[in-house]
Formats: sequence, C-alpha cells, structure tokens
Amino acid sequence: MINNILIVVVAIIVAPVIGGLLNGIDRKLTARFQNRFGPPIIQPFYDFFKLMGKENISVNQTQMVYVWAHLLFAIASLVLLVLQQDLLVLFFVLAFSTIALIMGAMSVRSPYSKVGAQREIIQMLAYEPVLLLMVIGIYMVTKSFMIESVFTHGTPLLYSLPLVFFALLYVLTIKLRKSPFDFSTSHHGHQELIKGLTTEFSGSQLALIELTHWYDLVILLGLIALFFAQPLWIGILIALGAYFLELVVDNMCARMSWQWMLKATYLVGIGTAGINIIWLYLKA
Amino acid sequence: MGIMSTSRIKSPWVIHVNCSACNGCDIEVVAALTPVFDLERFGIVNVGNPKHADVMLVTGTINHRNARVLKNLYDQMPEPKAVVAIGACGGTGGIFAECYNVVGGVDKVVPVDAYVPGCPPRPEALIDGVVAALGKMEEKARQMKLKAKAKKCAAVAEANAKV
Repeated sequence: MINNILIVVVAIIVAPVIGGLLNGIDRKLTARFQNRFGPPIIQPFYDFFKLMGKENISVNQTQMVYVWAHLLFAIASLVLLVLQQDLLVLFFVLAFSTIALIMGAMSVRSPYSKVGAQREIIQMLAYEPVLLLMVIGIYMVTKSFMIESVFTHGTPLLYSLPLVFFALLYVLTIKLRKSPFDFSTSHHGHQELIKGLTTEFSGSQLALIELTHWYDLVILLGLIALFFAQPLWIGILIALGAYFLELVVDNMCARMSWQWMLKATYLVGIGTAGINIIWLYLKA
Repeated sequence: MGIMSTSRIKSPWVIHVNCSACNGCDIEVVAALTPVFDLERFGIVNVGNPKHADVMLVTGTINHRNARVLKNLYDQMPEPKAVVAIGACGGTGGIFAECYNVVGGVDKVVPVDAYVPGCPPRPEALIDGVVAALGKMEEKARQMKLKAKAKKCAAVAEANAKV
C-alpha cells in the first residue's frame, strides 16, 4: 500500500517534467527541421511559469472548474496507468478529461473557441473507436482488461497486435493535435482559428491546460510502451521513436479538413485494427 | 532573480496589431519572425491572440476608427503587459500626423513602453525594442501585485463597513 502511494506520488511529480522536456525537445527539433536555431529545451517551463504569474482573467465562473477537471482527470488516468489498473476505465477517464476541456471552450461566447470545441468533438469521434478496438485487441491476447496482465503476459503485445499498434500511432497524431490533424487548436495562433479551443483561456488557466497536455503526452507514450512490455525499456525506446516519427509527420504535413480526417481515420484506423482483431479471432 | 521573473523575460509572446500602417513596418515585423532572425530562440512567439500575449507590437498611425479597436485589444491582454510602438507613424503619427482623421501616435490611446523609430525600422531595431519593453516587465509585475493587494484590502474594508 505504502509502495503504491509512493509510486503514484513520484509519477505525478515526474510525469509533467518528462512531458515538458519532451515538448521542449519537440520545439527544438522542429526548429532544426526548419533550419532555425530554436528555443532552449526548458522553454515550455519558462512559458508555464510565466503564464502562472499572469493576471487572472476569466470569462465566466465555470471556466476554471472545467480547466481543473481537465487536469485532474488526466492525472487520474496517469494514476490508473502507473498502478496497472483497468485499461477500459483509463480510456474513459481520459475521455472525460478531453470532454471537460470541450465544455470549458463551449462555456464562452467566442466563435473561435466554439468552432475549436466542435472540431475537438469530431476528433474524439474519430479516435475513440480506434482506442476501444485497441483495448479489445489487448483483451483478446491477454484475456483481461487489466494493464497488470500485459506485464505478466509471456510475449510482447506487438507480435500479436502489429496492426493495432499502427492504428494507435495514427491516432496519436490526432490525440496530440499535430499536423495534419491540428485543427481544433492550431499550433500557430495567427491563423484562421486563432487558438481554437484555448482562445478564451488565459494566464494560469492556459498554464494548467499546458500542464495537462504534458500529462497526456506521458500517458499516451506509456500506452505505446505497453506494446513491448518485456523488457519495458525497449517499449520506452519504441515510444520515443514513435514521438520522433510524430514530429517528422508534423513538419511534413499541412492541415487537412476534418472530413478528410474522419474518412481516413475510420478507413485506416478502424480498418487495420479490425483486420488485426479478426485475424486474432480466426487464430483462436 | 526568481523563477517567475526569469520566465517572464524568457517567454514574451507577442501580438502584432496593424493600425492603418502602410505595410512597411508589418513586413519588417514578419521578417523578424522568419528563420533568418528566428525570434523563437528567445522564446518569442507570435500568438495572434490578445488573451495569450505579453507584448503588443503596434504599427501605423492611430485614427478615430481604429483607436477603439486598439484600446479593446489592449484591455483584453492580462497584466503584466507591454506595448511597443513601431515606426515613425507608431511613435508620433509620422507624415500623416497632420491629417484630419489621424489622432496621432500609439501613446495617445494606450501607454507605450518602448518606441522603435524608423520608416520602416530594421528587424534588429524591433528586437531591441522588445528587449527594452521586457526590461520594464519586472516593475509592472510588482505594480500588478500591489494593485491586486489594494483591491483585496478595499474589498475587505467594504465588507467590514457593511457589518
């Protein structure tokens, strides 16, 4: 019990540090891809502390509640991950986290914020079925929804779920809001949507959303690492490789339309994951 | 220096406002954001959203139409914030100063922290202007805290008076 509490505390403290550093590496590498020098790797932490020190302007009273819900649900799903609990519950809690942000963006009257929230809903519509299929795939292999059983399972999941892994990589781009799927909150603010979902959040609210983003990043990379859990360090290397791939794709692509994303994700994501699951079913 | 004040200087997000400029200064602002000068290496990001911005770069003269817009954008920025007036027009109204529709420089509408002269100024001068404005950030943050404290004290005094 004491051991579990210790693991949770360490995870909650270390995860945002890792997430922030990965974010900084992202910005540095992106700058190098574009033949720029780029900001220092700890730049995201500068941004975070600066935002924390700014004046608090909220549009309405409920906004801050949604931001806290966004953060706390993300932390809850991280806790579920490090304690090796139920995978299904983890995904539902993670979905609640995103929904809280959508509610926050919907609670103001800015059209940019509203359009961003609508697009985020469409993104959820695209990736949630794929994540659910991934959980089903893991259940078919390990005969349990618990993350614990992934670690006790004899062979790495990647050998029996290669196509599901591919689908998850595809979904990662949507979940991290990177190009070509960055339409709910554009990476650069001076575009058609300003900052989409986060337009009306400022100061410490924006800082908390950024913090949640770091937690999200660690959770998602942790889920990728699950596909090679024996030994885990190979899984972590694979997760970092996936993140690097994400950066390359981000720098290669322009933004697509949401119609294109919906079609492509349903076709490629659900298609490949479905084929993998049918194959497992026939093999059993 | 504490981590807060370091961060304030290391991460100035800018918003660029064009108040009836001839586009000369605006091109220089955009030039400063290109890979040649790469402002992101100082943490400067063009956010395009007043609610996220710390420094406002204003180009062009202020006229009766856009004074209201500029004031509105300025009010939406959370404290501590700084304003940089760019070019001859931003400073004084430039060659348009005597026109019937022109109010004058940026400082007629919002408080300006740094003036960048030139028609148009070079990107290096622009960067210099932002750095000069950042020098005032610490003082502004201190004043913001004092103001918040005064507001709180006033609220407490009012509550006590009611009792």
